[in-house]
Amino acid sequence: MDTFAALAHGMAVAVQPMNLLYALIGVFLGTAVGVLPGIGPALTVALLLPVTYKLDPGGSLIMFAGIYYGGMYGGSTTAILINTPGESASMATALEGNKMAKAGRGGPALATSAIGSFVAGTIATIGLAFLAPWLVDVAVRFGPEDYFALMCVAFVTVSATFGDSPIRGLTSLFIGLTLGLVGIDKLTGQARLAFGVPELLDGVEVTTLAVGLFAVGEALYVASRRHHTEEKLEPVRGSLWMTKEDWKRSWKPWLRGTMFGFPIGALPAGGAEIPTFLSYSTEKRLTKHPEEFGKGAIEGVAGPEAANNASAAGTLVPLLTLGLPTSATAAMMLAGFQQYGLNPGPLLFAERPDLVWGLIASLFIANMMLLVLNLPLVGLWVRLLAIPQPWLYAGILVFATMGTIAAKPSVVELSMLAGFGVLGFLMRRFDFPIAPVVVGLILGPIAESQLRRALAISLGDPMTLVQSPISATLLAVALVALLAPFVLKGLGRFKANED
Amino acid sequence: MNSGDPVQPPRRVDRAGLVIAALLAALAAVLVFDSRGLPSTAMYGMGPEAMPVVIATGLALLAIGNFVEALRGNLPARESADPVPVVLILIGLALLIAIIGFGGGFILATSALFVTTSAAFGRRAILVDSVIALVMSTLIYLAFDRLLTLSLPAGPLERLL
Repeated sequence: MDTFAALAHGMAVAVQPMNLLYALIGVFLGTAVGVLPGIGPALTVALLLPVTYKLDPGGSLIMFAGIYYGGMYGGSTTAILINTPGESASMATALEGNKMAKAGRGGPALATSAIGSFVAGTIATIGLAFLAPWLVDVAVRFGPEDYFALMCVAFVTVSATFGDSPIRGLTSLFIGLTLGLVGIDKLTGQARLAFGVPELLDGVEVTTLAVGLFAVGEALYVASRRHHTEEKLEPVRGSLWMTKEDWKRSWKPWLRGTMFGFPIGALPAGGAEIPTFLSYSTEKRLTKHPEEFGKGAIEGVAGPEAANNASAAGTLVPLLTLGLPTSATAAMMLAGFQQYGLNPGPLLFAERPDLVWGLIASLFIANMMLLVLNLPLVGLWVRLLAIPQPWLYAGILVFATMGTIAAKPSVVELSMLAGFGVLGFLMRRFDFPIAPVVVGLILGPIAESQLRRALAISLGDPMTLVQSPISATLLAVALVALLAPFVLKGLGRFKANED
Repeated sequence: MNSGDPVQPPRRVDRAGLVIAALLAALAAVLVFDSRGLPSTAMYGMGPEAMPVVIATGLALLAIGNFVEALRGNLPARESADPVPVVLILIGLALLIAIIGFGGGFILATSALFVTTSAAFGRRAILVDSVIALVMSTLIYLAFDRLLTLSLPAGPLERLL
């Protein structure tokens, strides 16, 4: 019953006119930015962070909720209409959705993705509202060593377990961890890796890193291989509405996608790729129209889109209750919290229930707004997609640098942005995953201080890490998750990927 | 480390992969070198110098891992890349940094970046793009500096507004 009261209180916060306006602006901006090709939800949040600098925390987090869902929705529009998924989670959508658009069924594809996202987002947010208080109860019993072990699990699953190559994933993670060391050590005040540069004493800004890696890196990468690809925008022809047949074929995939997306997103396992692909292959197996798969089957859009959205809401569970970001987007959300000195976790639920529950309630509202706004506005989004590539990327870079200029107009900070851009370009070129860098930067220092706190409490005895049953279990999970891809590769399971 | 290697692998050695491995090893060395300057102040447990060494160890292991992958030629296939647009965008970023650094202001700086990026993506109408860039960055400046009261760096153009 407690959850209902808290949620009702959150609703009361969220429906205040100013907060509704923030949610509306967030949804609008999020979709507008997210719809631009090559911009995924993580970058959308990173680019729009400066817009929220001057708002109060409540309003800005509500705007964030809108930006988050808007960015996701925008990404799937791009995937359907020009076949450039902004993130790997939209790949399944692009597969079938773009075929539908080519066949003149772009409208129903967009509709099933919008309604599916709404259904999945709503169910998953309800799941979040009920799971969160329970997890908070568990989390308050966590000692520093348990937190450290939990973060080890997140590090491993985000970087090694589910990627193409555990070595490249771990390399990305350790680059992030290295960047996390830069600056003044919080426990002793010693400067690390600052090399006497005063600007480095504050550490590396998460937004600078994310915008550099995602926006500047992407622009450099697309520019370098411009001669390879020709993007084609499919016009939306025919009716926007789904037929009775479309509805009949969509509703089960929506629900099944949600069932895949939410639990996997809520586990600290990172990323929405797994549930979207699981959903895609399940729908392919269960469909009554197997001949349409690969040629534009509506189930192949409905299921993965629902899975993607549900897992996005799922990642908010570890983020809000444990302060544990398991995707690049969640890491950006955490950066948004930190900009107000707020640390998500069990304490935040106790200290600022209005904020947390207002945010959760806003997720419902943002979801609703997306549904109401986006289908009528689809013409506008299509026009945004038609911006010529030179202006599009020039504009993206201007916005990307503006965020840094507004936060810290220093030559050092801007040079770091450019440097991270080059890093992002090289990582794309050599196929290193980007998200682990961001997660490593933001989670590395937290993990370090938890570990050092644990060791200080135990008077330096490292056995404390395995004496707590929670911590011992989690470390074992992390070890298994780390070794599994190597062992399985030995068994030849990923052979098809390798050769 | 990245020059000719006497080992004869079954597949082609990936030069770029060797460079990546060397860079990771160098980064590990920097971490260890930097941490040696830190005093160990912790009475119990870990001081600030411990974690860099742990991460450096990880980096060193990954350098070996990447080195082996490169020797086996296990890196994913790459498409040819055109360096010209990349250099153009980097010039744009350098211009932006220089203009901000010398007090040229937000509008000029972002306009320079806009025009070079647009050129990198194949546009040749530099004059038209310059006008677009100036108008757009002025509007952004007004919106963010006046409406959202974010302070963006002001130069000669901004003072006219």
